[in-house]
Amino acid sequence: MKEVNELILKDFRLEIRQRYAINGILLYVFSTIFVVQLCFGRIIDEKTWIALFWIILLFAAFNAVSKSFNQESSSRRLYYFTLASPLSVIISKMVYNTLLMLVLGILSLGLFSVFMGKPPLYPALFIPAFLLGSAGLASALTMVSAIASRSGNNSALMAILGFPVVLPLLLLLVKASQTSLKEVVEAGVIFRLLAAISLIDLVVVVLAVILFPYLWRD
Amino acid sequence: MIKSMWWKFLGIFLVLYSIIAGLLIEVPALPVIHQTIRNLFYHVPMWFSMFFMLGTSLVFSIRYLSGFRMKDDLIASGAANTGLFMGSMGLLTGMIWARFTWGDFWTNDPQLNGAAVSMMAYLAYVVLRGSIDEAAMRARISAVYNIFAFMLLVIFLGVLPRLADSSLHPGKGGNTSTMGGLDPMMRLVFFPAAIGWILIAFWLLQLHNRRRALVQGVKLNNL
Repeated sequence: MKEVNELILKDFRLEIRQRYAINGILLYVFSTIFVVQLCFGRIIDEKTWIALFWIILLFAAFNAVSKSFNQESSSRRLYYFTLASPLSVIISKMVYNTLLMLVLGILSLGLFSVFMGKPPLYPALFIPAFLLGSAGLASALTMVSAIASRSGNNSALMAILGFPVVLPLLLLLVKASQTSLKEVVEAGVIFRLLAAISLIDLVVVVLAVILFPYLWRD
Repeated sequence: MIKSMWWKFLGIFLVLYSIIAGLLIEVPALPVIHQTIRNLFYHVPMWFSMFFMLGTSLVFSIRYLSGFRMKDDLIASGAANTGLFMGSMGLLTGMIWARFTWGDFWTNDPQLNGAAVSMMAYLAYVVLRGSIDEAAMRARISAVYNIFAFMLLVIFLGVLPRLADSSLHPGKGGNTSTMGGLDPMMRLVFFPAAIGWILIAFWLLQLHNRRRALVQGVKLNNL
């Protein structure tokens, strides 16, 4: 547990020191949302709003997470390999990326509301779906970036490998957001959607924890 | 047993039987579908054999990760390739069928989209294998991705279509299942066809593996 905390702190410090990476992603989110605003104008219909929101968040997530394993050189990775267990490495990376995703997500939600207005989303469904979904997207992409970092051309491969992996989650999230447009959503529907999202999250996390040791060693 | 010939002949016999009998038997003339229901004997077995191939691939990937034998990796990747082939045949036969019943080659059906995305996951597996040069590393990393790809296959073809609001496929999106309402006469052709195509797929896999084992110099015992 202490190991995990230390590793998360290390990632956080690295992010603060190399500020260009996080600034790049923030600028990316801002500029895409601004472009969307220029193209669609202020009032767009709610389904388009939801689709654009998740697409922009997805690509921001790709950008943010894809560097999580190749920002460190292979010799430094060897050093961590001797220090930490693979389990704490993957958990710390997933937690860190989840936090990063949440920051990005809340920021883009805010920017979207400022530039394009906010559709009336039913909070009891949208907020938990958003939190669970961000965690799931971050964990799945962390695992994919671990896979992609072990092969040659990283960025192209990240997109190819990651797209199918995050798609079920993304579809469920879009569906949950569209359902939350209704004024009142029944508890059963909320429960079913959230259960499906958390099930996928759980499967991804469990698989990642089991399989990461095979990726970590040389 | 795997080396013997009888199951290959059985496969050929069952497939020939299903092609001939499938075109000759009386089928119930339902609205819209009419005679195209005969495609059931050719379209659905493709997906069955794809599932068997990709399942084999998963099993051998897990075996590779528990023992690190190159032979298991060879079979896993061969099975993924054969599964991709059977899957694309399933897509093609399905598209032709869709053209004559639903009016278009591609419809926005959860089952179709799921099939396309899971095919994409396995194509990504092939690309991933191509991008790593070192054999042991390639085997290990692609085995890990293969496990993810199978999870996606199960989610996309097994879970999401059943949760969907509507689907054109039977058994999905609240429709009744195929197997429940299948004509007894058609069952006599459908099940042999499914078994026959699965056997043919395993034969294809064996040929594929033997050829690649020769090329790569991996020893395949008892295969």
